[in-house]
Amino acid sequence: MEQKNNTLLIYTLLYFAFLYIPVLFLPIFSFNDANYMSFPLSGFTTEHYEEMWAKTNLHKALWASIKVGVVASVVSTTIALFAAKAFARYKFRGQNISYGAIMIPFLIPEIILAVAILVIWLSLGFKLGLVPVTLGHILFCTPFAMLILIARIEGFDFSLEEASRDLGENAWGTFYRVSLPLYLPGIIASLLLSFIISFDEFVLAFFLTGSDATLPMYMWAQMRFIQKLPHVLALGAVIIVFTTFIVLLAFWLRNLGQGKEKAEFGIKIHE
Amino acid sequence: MLQVWKSFYARSDPAKAYSLLSPALILVTLAMLIPLGLMLSFSFFTQTSFTEIDYSFTITRYIDFFQSNLLVSLLIKSVKISFIVTFVTLLTAYPVCYYIAFYVKKNKMLWLVLLTLPFWTSYLLRVFSWKIILGTKGVINSSLINAGLLSEPLTFLMYSETAVIITLTHAWAAFALLPLYVSLDKIDFSLIEAARDLGLSRLETFWKITLPLSLPGIIGAILIIFIPTVGDYVTPALLGGTDGRMLSNMIQAYFGKVNNLPLGAASATIMLITVAIVTIVVSYTTKKLTQRIS
Repeated sequence: MEQKNNTLLIYTLLYFAFLYIPVLFLPIFSFNDANYMSFPLSGFTTEHYEEMWAKTNLHKALWASIKVGVVASVVSTTIALFAAKAFARYKFRGQNISYGAIMIPFLIPEIILAVAILVIWLSLGFKLGLVPVTLGHILFCTPFAMLILIARIEGFDFSLEEASRDLGENAWGTFYRVSLPLYLPGIIASLLLSFIISFDEFVLAFFLTGSDATLPMYMWAQMRFIQKLPHVLALGAVIIVFTTFIVLLAFWLRNLGQGKEKAEFGIKIHE
Repeated sequence: MLQVWKSFYARSDPAKAYSLLSPALILVTLAMLIPLGLMLSFSFFTQTSFTEIDYSFTITRYIDFFQSNLLVSLLIKSVKISFIVTFVTLLTAYPVCYYIAFYVKKNKMLWLVLLTLPFWTSYLLRVFSWKIILGTKGVINSSLINAGLLSEPLTFLMYSETAVIITLTHAWAAFALLPLYVSLDKIDFSLIEAARDLGLSRLETFWKITLPLSLPGIIGAILIIFIPTVGDYVTPALLGGTDGRMLSNMIQAYFGKVNNLPLGAASATIMLITVAIVTIVVSYTTKKLTQRIS
């Protein structure tokens, strides 16, 4: 370990400022008593929040996002849990190819996934709406969920499961009594983070929603009209606070009961 | 028969692994591979009218693509913007990861959580906040005008390639920070100390020891930033104007108001092939580079 390096410390702090300051402008201007987002601030008001609350379309969009997010996070976490177990527990032929295939949706440009799902959906004669959006989100969230769960399961002492089987528990009992309690913090973290990814996702929703807007779609539609911007700022501020809270909760859960060694930070990068 | 299968299953790791993997593999096949295959076949069709498509095989869409100055220039611009973004993101994130890996002693975890936290807030909102900052009546312009440093707003800030590059650099920072940190943190610090004890300067130590050892992280970061940014839609649509438009904006138009699905599918396929070529070249170069080092 080196001792001190003030130049690097100052640089790092400036970098933090670069990361955080842009995001903080949304909450700041959401309380500003003006329609334009410029300095100097003209006065404190909560009317943008009242205006936001009065929009019925927004309520509809919020509900749509919650439905999609809950289904996408539960399904992708379930699928990812099985897959993570396979990669953490077994060595098998085709391991790298399978891993790569499951990771692809996270790696390729989202617009390509959106277009591909759009083409098949229309060809099958189905109606656009929240169903194809949910399907896209499940596909997109599964690799994230798998990374989080592999990080949790890796290093898990599988002899505990074997011992349970030897002592006469069946597969379900073993899962319920032995594995699940140990995986649980990872599972909840994965559910929360998948929900947030789905909740904030825009491109897939943009191509696949048709007329049922999700919350990001609603915001996108409002952003074009300068007079409607202030209530989007208020909505944005609320979403930022909510997201930050959920993500911090997920990070905290993920590291619960993990040794210092393993307490890395969610996304494990495989080479 | 069932008994035979059961005993085979109990002994076979691959069978167990693949049954655990099957939901994920079925998902990837049904929701990605088959749709991608269909998208590929659409790129060989022809849009004859607003609602009708001629399903006979032709490669005309690809010829259309490469004969269109607009599409080719947008492809080149998308690749160029992505390369600049990748390079700038790496260069700016590296010192931060270096600092956390080698100088921070307590609560490293907290530093990392704080670094990645903004990444989790809505992408749309992060892009939107840059619109607030760079806009003609935005934060930068209004502050400079108030301070008396400017009389007219700077118009080049917004709706330009620069705006797209700044915003994407901010948006994808976490994708550089994580792999870079992981690879730097793995480096055994005694190697660096040994190099210094043997008389190498700080710069030489960095060049000969630290940088090569962090190469896996650099490559990881290049790929996971370059690939998604080539196809970014939101940032150029909100901040790019005409100058900062990218290929994905055209793809969206082909599936939307222009309504030419086959040409849209061909453009998407070309984007996918571009991404694949870059991935292969970068991975191959790395392999060669790492072989030379070790």
